[in-house]
Amino acid sequence: MTERTTAARPRDPQDEGSAAGSATLDTVTDTDPGRGGTDRGKATPGRGERIFRGLTSGSGLLVVAAIAAIGLFLLVQAVPSLLADNANFLTSPVFDTRDPANLNFGIRDLLVVTLLSSLFALVLAMPIALGIALFLTQYAPKRVARPFAYVIDLLAAVPSIIYGLWGIAVLAPALLPIATFLRDDLGWFFLFAPGNLPVLTGTIFTGGVVLAVMILPIITAVTREVFSQAPRFHIEAAQALGATRWEVIRMAVLPYGRSGYIAGSMLGLGRALGETIAVLIVIRAATTPSGFSLFDGGYTFASLIASAASEFSQPLPTGAYIAAGLVLFVLTFVVNAIARVVAGGKVNG
Amino acid sequence: MSTATGLSSPERPATTPTFQAPSTGRKIKNNLATFLVGLAFVIALVPLVWVLATVVVRGIGAILSSDWWGRSLSGVLPESYAGGVYHAIYGTLIQAALAAVIAVPIGILAAIYLVEYGRGRLAKTTSFMVDILAGVPSIVAALFIFAAFISILGAEQSAFMVSLALVLLMLPVVIRNTEEMLRLVPDELREAAYALGIPKWKTILRIVLPTALSGTVTGVMLALARVMGETAPVLVLVGYSQSINFDPFSGNMASLPLLMFSELSNPEPSGQFRIWGAALTLILIIMILQLGASVVSRFSAISK
Repeated sequence: MTERTTAARPRDPQDEGSAAGSATLDTVTDTDPGRGGTDRGKATPGRGERIFRGLTSGSGLLVVAAIAAIGLFLLVQAVPSLLADNANFLTSPVFDTRDPANLNFGIRDLLVVTLLSSLFALVLAMPIALGIALFLTQYAPKRVARPFAYVIDLLAAVPSIIYGLWGIAVLAPALLPIATFLRDDLGWFFLFAPGNLPVLTGTIFTGGVVLAVMILPIITAVTREVFSQAPRFHIEAAQALGATRWEVIRMAVLPYGRSGYIAGSMLGLGRALGETIAVLIVIRAATTPSGFSLFDGGYTFASLIASAASEFSQPLPTGAYIAAGLVLFVLTFVVNAIARVVAGGKVNG
Repeated sequence: MSTATGLSSPERPATTPTFQAPSTGRKIKNNLATFLVGLAFVIALVPLVWVLATVVVRGIGAILSSDWWGRSLSGVLPESYAGGVYHAIYGTLIQAALAAVIAVPIGILAAIYLVEYGRGRLAKTTSFMVDILAGVPSIVAALFIFAAFISILGAEQSAFMVSLALVLLMLPVVIRNTEEMLRLVPDELREAAYALGIPKWKTILRIVLPTALSGTVTGVMLALARVMGETAPVLVLVGYSQSINFDPFSGNMASLPLLMFSELSNPEPSGQFRIWGAALTLILIIMILQLGASVVSRFSAISK
């Protein structure tokens, strides 16, 4: 049977939509194929069926359990340290765990640097991702759209540590003239004010640009998928009214794809918030707290945890970092949940 | 893109002109949009080419050196250009392979649950949690394994701990890819099997899964490619070793990202030599996996 489908369907990757009719499974799965002869009674699934069903739903449950366990174990490990914390966990800018008997740690600075770098990355990546998604779905000919999309996906295949190395060794010096211009000529604006670092490389600005490159493929992939589902007859109706290509996009594609675009951007934001190693390599540590400037340095949640990873030996100091990890987990959970709700089932994955 | 070509020659001539050429303002807007959209694509290519070129130019010398693929850094001084990274390549491969051994069966079963069995609230919750798991940062996955297995259960740091963290990162990729392929399997196949009296579980194992096999394999390879470059779990969960360690269940073990990270603190130029060499090696391995994935997906029984 398998062979027959193989033969019936040409091995043609361009052959889109041929299997589009398989979305309605509900009618099939409600029937009970486990029923044997009439004398064996009604609808008792066989042992194989019960075992297999148990295995599959067990695996599904495992995923739910994994998320619950992540939250639970991080919480259990964080609470003793939070109780021993002598500083205000939410508002203190210091993170000092050198003395287990006198812990002083707060997440104010981590939160500022994490949000500033991620939101800056999002601001850079969102318009470009929108442009690419429109280019791939509305402008590029079908024949080249697929390889082009593959090229964009390659951006996601590059490991983050390589982005980090490239960011500090190659990109940071190249961005120096722009950074210098922004600080010297637009420094009155708080984002471009002189920061707490002596140099202009390895700042939140540099890190944000690197993050923007890294989240670009995610935002593009989700947006592209939704744009390609824009209803044909809306597009054709707009064309029939004599709309230019841009007007077709504005009238038919963008209104349909807006929620997917926002969802994709939220997924990108989630990725940027949790990015670890690239940020650790690119953004320099600073001695004074961040002052909301893009030219500040410092640690994000993720990069702070990674920087201290080799010193995880005593439970109380380690718990402080786990507490930071818990905040990061909650943050990404919320962002991803929003993405899922906004997408409303249009996006899968 | 079917354009409105029919409009220029209406079948019945109208008394007043029904179609007017777009005004200059609209034309300018349209051309500007076309330009910007094309520009966005070109902008995205810049970092890709730039990163790859940097890695190739700086790393090619290292990977062409004679000892690179067959030696470890055991006993090699920081300033020396001798030695190779085979211990790190082994670590990267074995950690990813162990993760796959655990994640692939669970992932496929969970995908079967979501497509074939899951109904109601539990299935919705599971699907939601798969999305959440996909968004869990790798450092959080690593911290969780650290908290649960090392702090509470008292396990030692080892490569296997890294694999456990990688399982969490692989699972959503495997589940989503398999799920997508299972949904593409035509219902006629299932119905034909049911009509022959084959139980549902046998239908899934013998008919549905084989039909979706190549897509599943593609998904696994992409998931492998994704986790091989992960640095955060190895930083938290295993120590670095300059020499080969074949045992993933105890002791320190190198991997390509960990080697790169530890060489960052090497001030000698040979440190840079090793970092970029390892970067190029890692990219090559990932590229091979990606190419393999696209070759396998070409042999797909069901076309997307």
